[in-house]
Amino acid sequence: MAYFLQQLINGLTLGAIYGLIALGYTMVYGIIGMINFAHGEIYMVGAFVSLISFLVLGAAGITWVPLMLAIVLVISMVFTSIYGWTIERLAYRPLRGSVRLAPLISAIGVSIFLQNYVQLVQGARIKPLPPVIRGGFTLMGDGDNFVVQLSYLQIIIMLLTVGLMVAFTMVITRTDLGRAQRACEQDKTMAALLGVNVDRTISMTFVMGAALAAVAGVMVTMYYGVVDFYIGFLAGVKAFTAAVLGGIGSLPGAMLGGILIGLIESFWSAYFTIEYKDVAAFAILVMVLIFRPTGLLGRPEIEKV
Amino acid sequence: MTAMLTVSGVKTFYGSIEALKGVDLIVEEGEIVTLIGANGAGKSTLLMTVCGSPQARYGRITFEGRDITRVPTFEIVRRGIAQSPEGRRIFGRMTVLENLQMGAVTARAATFDRDLERVFTLFPRLKERLSQRAGTMSGGEQQMLAIGRALMSQPRLLLLDEPSLGLAPLVVKQIFEVIREINREQGMTVFLVEQNAYHALKLAHRAYVLVTGRITMSGTGAELLANPEVRTAYLEGGH
Ligand SMILES: Nc1ncnc2c1ncn2[C@@H]1O[C@H](COP(=O)(O)OP(=O)(O)O)[C@@H](O)[C@H]1O
Ligand SMILES: [Mg+2]
Repeated sequence: MAYFLQQLINGLTLGAIYGLIALGYTMVYGIIGMINFAHGEIYMVGAFVSLISFLVLGAAGITWVPLMLAIVLVISMVFTSIYGWTIERLAYRPLRGSVRLAPLISAIGVSIFLQNYVQLVQGARIKPLPPVIRGGFTLMGDGDNFVVQLSYLQIIIMLLTVGLMVAFTMVITRTDLGRAQRACEQDKTMAALLGVNVDRTISMTFVMGAALAAVAGVMVTMYYGVVDFYIGFLAGVKAFTAAVLGGIGSLPGAMLGGILIGLIESFWSAYFTIEYKDVAAFAILVMVLIFRPTGLLGRPEIEKV
Repeated sequence: MTAMLTVSGVKTFYGSIEALKGVDLIVEEGEIVTLIGANGAGKSTLLMTVCGSPQARYGRITFEGRDITRVPTFEIVRRGIAQSPEGRRIFGRMTVLENLQMGAVTARAATFDRDLERVFTLFPRLKERLSQRAGTMSGGEQQMLAIGRALMSQPRLLLLDEPSLGLAPLVVKQIFEVIREINREQGMTVFLVEQNAYHALKLAHRAYVLVTGRITMSGTGAELLANPEVRTAYLEGGH
């Protein structure tokens, strides 16, 4: 029971992170119908920027955790937003209106470029970060000395994620920008006829997705304490799987999918073999695509107009 | 009177297909002008070209004396032209209220409530349905919403593309009544595209006939209604 509870906590933490990344995939897919394969790399860039920021702040003597965390979050979000905006501008917008495959190939190109770029400027070795937030609660122990730990960091990750998801949902459902995004998702020409600057709305979508990925990057850097130039690929595939599992294009679906993938991965490593934990995500992706391509909360393609 | 909208020598292409082959027409302030023509003549293309989507390849379009031929689509509505396009194109997954808010994207927030009330006065049905998902409404209600949405931008020129398409005769009558009212009460200039030539010609001050990308006839609504050629081509088979 204790062991199960521990996996549940770990899985939810992981799931929160995947959910944040998955939102970026699903938003971009929703608005331009394209899988942004460079999104995992945005998250990786966010993780690197956060690592460097933590180290610089530490060296500068700023060690009060809330302040440190706030500064790192802001810096990472600003950096990834610029990356997200630039990628859309340079690699996708010029290809809008050409064949469907073109931006996809461009995305893969951007992804390879970013990996190599970070590898070149940061080196290929794994970069460590000393723990920023230590400690936590011991929830329960059982007979054979297994204790359930809920770390402060896990609490922060979950609270931050929930807060962001609520804020994000408000933006999409209540604000002019969110309404314009949903309008572009349904009919770009009509949105333009009504005065929506479609290009700018698409740019904003990339910026929002990138900022959320940055938060995930910050959290992972703190959670695992290591970063390397290749983390974007696996996290990207898993978050993409989460988005597909939840129903690509659906925001609640991305959050739900993220949590499910986190839980599956956590329980898989705990009860089966840890070596195959990454395979689990791929297997789910394949199965969802075969048996339920619209995902759990996705809407069927046909709709009354 | 000053020409509000002028279209001169406009040619529009889809790839290599020439959909408009040099169209000239004008709409004066305060008029209802209708453009009739068979399916595929290029009526919708003309309305969309006025809004810059697609842009005219040749020719010139002016609105209130300024050239708008190369103005991007999302700026057109800021100049004062709103369109209720063919097929209505309402946002089916949004509520009625959200659709109307989309119509007000370029309008001043201060006048939103007043504009909303004005739309409700024209289409009381929309008020009852404010929080309903627009895609679940009937065709007639969706058409009302499309026109209401266009009005929310406080346009000076209203472009309507086949508002009667697929609607029951009673609803068509209602919609045309509202168009007349918008024109009379609010002085709104209306450019109306219709296949339903009889109703359109009865309503309009002036009319043009479009045949495969060219204007072939023009005159007052009454003139065209009496014209034998128009009668055989567009009014036979009842209305
Ligand atoms: N998006 C498009 N791509 C290619 N051809 C089009 C497109 N839209 C319309 N056309 C063609 O342009 C011509 C005029 O169409 P349209 O303006 O829709 O006519 P109408 O509104 O009078 O029925 C038709 O031959 C039609 O097939
Ligand atoms: Mg048409």
